Amino acid sequence: MTTELAKTPLDAWHRANGGKMVPFAGYEMPVQYESIVSEHQACRRAAALFDVSHMGRLRFDGDGSEQFLDHILTRKVADLPVGGVRYGLICKEDGGILDDVLVSHVETPSQRRFHLMVVNASNRDKILKWLTPILDEFPTVTMSDRTELTAMIAVQGPAAMEACKRLFSFDPTRLKYYRAVITDQFAKPAIVSRTGYTGEDGLELIVRAEEANRIWENLLLAGRNDGFVAAGLGARDTLRLEAGMPLYGHELNESIDPLSAGLKFACTLKDRSFLGSEALVKIAETGPSTVRIGLRPEGKRPAREGCPVLDREGQRIGVVTSGGPSPTLGYPIAMAYVDRSHAADSEFKIDIRGKLVDAKPTKLPFYKRAQA
Amino acid sequence: MSRDESKLLYAESHEWVDLAEEDGKTVGTIGLSGFALEQLNDLVYMELPDLGRELTAGEEFGEVESVKAVSPLYSPVSGKVIAVHEDLPESLEKLNDDPYEFGWIVKVEISEANTVDSLLDHAAYQKQCAEAG
Repeated sequence: MTTELAKTPLDAWHRANGGKMVPFAGYEMPVQYESIVSEHQACRRAAALFDVSHMGRLRFDGDGSEQFLDHILTRKVADLPVGGVRYGLICKEDGGILDDVLVSHVETPSQRRFHLMVVNASNRDKILKWLTPILDEFPTVTMSDRTELTAMIAVQGPAAMEACKRLFSFDPTRLKYYRAVITDQFAKPAIVSRTGYTGEDGLELIVRAEEANRIWENLLLAGRNDGFVAAGLGARDTLRLEAGMPLYGHELNESIDPLSAGLKFACTLKDRSFLGSEALVKIAETGPSTVRIGLRPEGKRPAREGCPVLDREGQRIGVVTSGGPSPTLGYPIAMAYVDRSHAADSEFKIDIRGKLVDAKPTKLPFYKRAQA
Repeated sequence: MSRDESKLLYAESHEWVDLAEEDGKTVGTIGLSGFALEQLNDLVYMELPDLGRELTAGEEFGEVESVKAVSPLYSPVSGKVIAVHEDLPESLEKLNDDPYEFGWIVKVEISEANTVDSLLDHAAYQKQCAEAG
């Protein structure tokens, strides 16, 4: 390894609190503190804090930002109101997915409006390189990479909102799902959104880097009696898998398109033209080549990424993209791509390192929280 | 009887072996070290070999799986599998607490060709673990 790994503003806290640090997307990140399972369960039962500062944060200012974002995203964002958050994809001309992102439209206390795009850590450099030449066509739009100036903290779980309500000077429960607001509640402005990647209710906070430790510790303190814990990337992965959420590098990559990835909801194809739209319209007409399904392998042995998926007759018809034990359900779960012609099959087999295991299709998500 | 971990031999891949004479034959009882189990954490699955299988030292004979990863088990010795701890995969939660007694995985009748020269004693193994952090 020749390049040095970056550290998040919370790096010292992780190390002082038992975080097992691993390289991830150019950062040193905690994969776990105590155990993946206990952190996972704390998130489902109370709440967990995640340092997600490695995620890329790109800010877009200036007239024409809406048009620019509309040009590069599969999802229409030109009509995104102030306070709105939208999930979308950045695609190549052929429809291949470069990244999946969240775009927020926010307004500062001094009434400056801008868009903030959260990109995957592993794709940050690629997306910056992809967008830079396109920005030449939008001379009034400026892009600034805010990743290193800020930290990002996710607080997720059934007890998250009430604890944040006690801590904050405003009531975050008034923020609806997929809404964002800039608050000056901390020493420096912070973006608070009701979003997450765990299947639980909760918030994501983008704060100034120098404020990160204080806010992190205050959040932990606010949930002390509720059983809040810090959780690492390991639990984040098992939580998002249970929630049926795709992860770039696993379900998503440049050789799969959003329709074949089951992300039609994130594509506004009607009356729109954007990078990749021609290819996607064609795919929509003929139908995607694959479908993303949930599988439950029989027994206890988890199927892992890369395990071939076979039909009843033993023909290879797909591949597992993510798989592991589900701590909430107590049995292994997997997401897989299978040939569209097998979308409705009721039986599959998974080749787990040479052994064929029967697997039943399961509706995604595997886990859905009880609605309040 | 409680197995004294300081008297065991260890492979660099973290398996321990306890060598004992039984009916004029050398039998090696194999398990996974407490250090390795602590690193793996949250075990969910274990794949065991069949009885009678002939193992060569360094050969993969099974696997242990945590939430996050699959780790192969390598035999520290050569010989024939004469016992398999069948209850272990159903009681993985007990493994962390008792890696040297309850945590035995297989017993192997050591073949004559076997050599244990490459195995580490407890002190050398501890040194390796300390260096691994």
